Amino acid sequence: MKMWGYRVPMMASLVVWIALWEIVGQAGAALVLPPFSSVLVRVAEIVPTPSFLTALAITGQAYVLGTVISIVVGVPLGVLMGRSVVADRLLLPWVNIFLSAPLSALVPVIMVLFGFGNTTIVLTVILFAVWIIMLDARAGVRGISRSLVEMARSYGATPWQAFSKIYLWAALPEILAGIRLGCIRAVKGVIIGQLLVSIVGFGRLFEIYSSNFLMEHFWALVLTLFAFAFVIAEGLGYLERRVEYYAASRN
Amino acid sequence: MTAMATRERASTDDAPIIEARAVSKIYDGGTEALNDITLDFPRGKMTTLLGPSGCGKTTLLKIIAGLIPATSGEVRVSGRPVTGPGPDRAFVFQDFALMPWASVLRNVAFGLELRGVDQAQREAVARRYIGEVGLAGFEDRHPHELSGGMRQRVGLARALAVDADVLLMDEPFSSVDEQTRRKFQEDMLRLLSVEKKTVVFVTHSIEEAVYLSDRIVLLSRRPSRVSEIIEPDIQRGDDPDAIRRHPAYLDTVESIWQGLKRYLD
Repeated sequence: MKMWGYRVPMMASLVVWIALWEIVGQAGAALVLPPFSSVLVRVAEIVPTPSFLTALAITGQAYVLGTVISIVVGVPLGVLMGRSVVADRLLLPWVNIFLSAPLSALVPVIMVLFGFGNTTIVLTVILFAVWIIMLDARAGVRGISRSLVEMARSYGATPWQAFSKIYLWAALPEILAGIRLGCIRAVKGVIIGQLLVSIVGFGRLFEIYSSNFLMEHFWALVLTLFAFAFVIAEGLGYLERRVEYYAASRN
Repeated sequence: MTAMATRERASTDDAPIIEARAVSKIYDGGTEALNDITLDFPRGKMTTLLGPSGCGKTTLLKIIAGLIPATSGEVRVSGRPVTGPGPDRAFVFQDFALMPWASVLRNVAFGLELRGVDQAQREAVARRYIGEVGLAGFEDRHPHELSGGMRQRVGLARALAVDADVLLMDEPFSSVDEQTRRKFQEDMLRLLSVEKKTVVFVTHSIEEAVYLSDRIVLLSRRPSRVSEIIEPDIQRGDDPDAIRRHPAYLDTVESIWQGLKRYLD
């Protein structure tokens, strides 16, 4: 975009909104909205505290474990669905249902089954992340050119070789897109899980801050989490763009 | 005992390497692609399957490759019935079927990689064939950096690297532009005169068929039957360029065209 002959950077509109936030906050118009500057100060203050770092470690652990399980389970299942009609018929309805279902409603059920610990959080992460990973891996494998599949067969690839040397790589752009979306959904999963369980990680911090009406702390935490989610999404987006060159030249 | 073994080998040398017996193919949708094809492919010769587009020539090639099963009938390669792909046959694809994420070297060595040949050995073989198809110096490039003709040279090198007796080529030059195609055809004739392979070649180009093959099998429209077998009487080997000016070349092209005309509306 250009304004008065100057190129305006992509993120410039953020400055406008932050300024608006600052003005509203300084004016004291809304009780729940402290000025942006004091929220920033609070970010710097709470990030090094042990309670924040503990919460971060717990959350990070559950997040990483949940996404890794989602990828390790989701990608092969998606590839299987793309290659086998039977597997596709069996699994696709469930994938579609869970993809559109309000998953937060299921978290209490998991809580009843697995208690208030980390298992529940990890399962929530998987519940949020795994379906889109499966669906995208499936789409990627279905898009593999027929001759590449025939090439693998005619040069004598075993099913495992075909999977690990051809299908996985040929579907990589879609698989990575699925993993990126899955990781973003996993952020929702880990936070929603912790909020509902509300005695571990950031969920506990949110609970403390909001019940004690520490709005600056509350917003500082929200801001930090947004930043984390953004960095994860951008990092994976970068990885995706690196394999894009062959997505176009596959056929 | 030894004498008998020798005699047996002598007899298999004369025998056709590929035998198709009453092969029919009806696809799931009810399309009848091949109807009762019986055909021999002599060892060490280049046989072309030629016919109108959609006549099932690629279907026959893929049945020989073991990529699709015949509905009835049988194909034998070196006397053994075909039940699937095997190391005695190598396929060259119309759209190259290269792995875009892998270098030329790995693509060419891929058949050997699947067989578990260790890296140093398979790369040595691959380098040799990359040189033979005229791509020396391009080992570390990726397919998207190459032209169509060069990509198909990679496909040919990959097929040669597995050292199969039979090369199955499915319209290998149809995605390659005209000038590149001519050069490639000449190079391939030179290469195959050294390599001594049996080649089954599918094309819809009459000129290409006559230029390249020892034997041309004309297939009729779907459901395909063998309509005629032609053995062009052309001296090959001396100068590939001269073939196109040879009177027998021009006569054969003309007579095939007259024969195929009736299949067109």
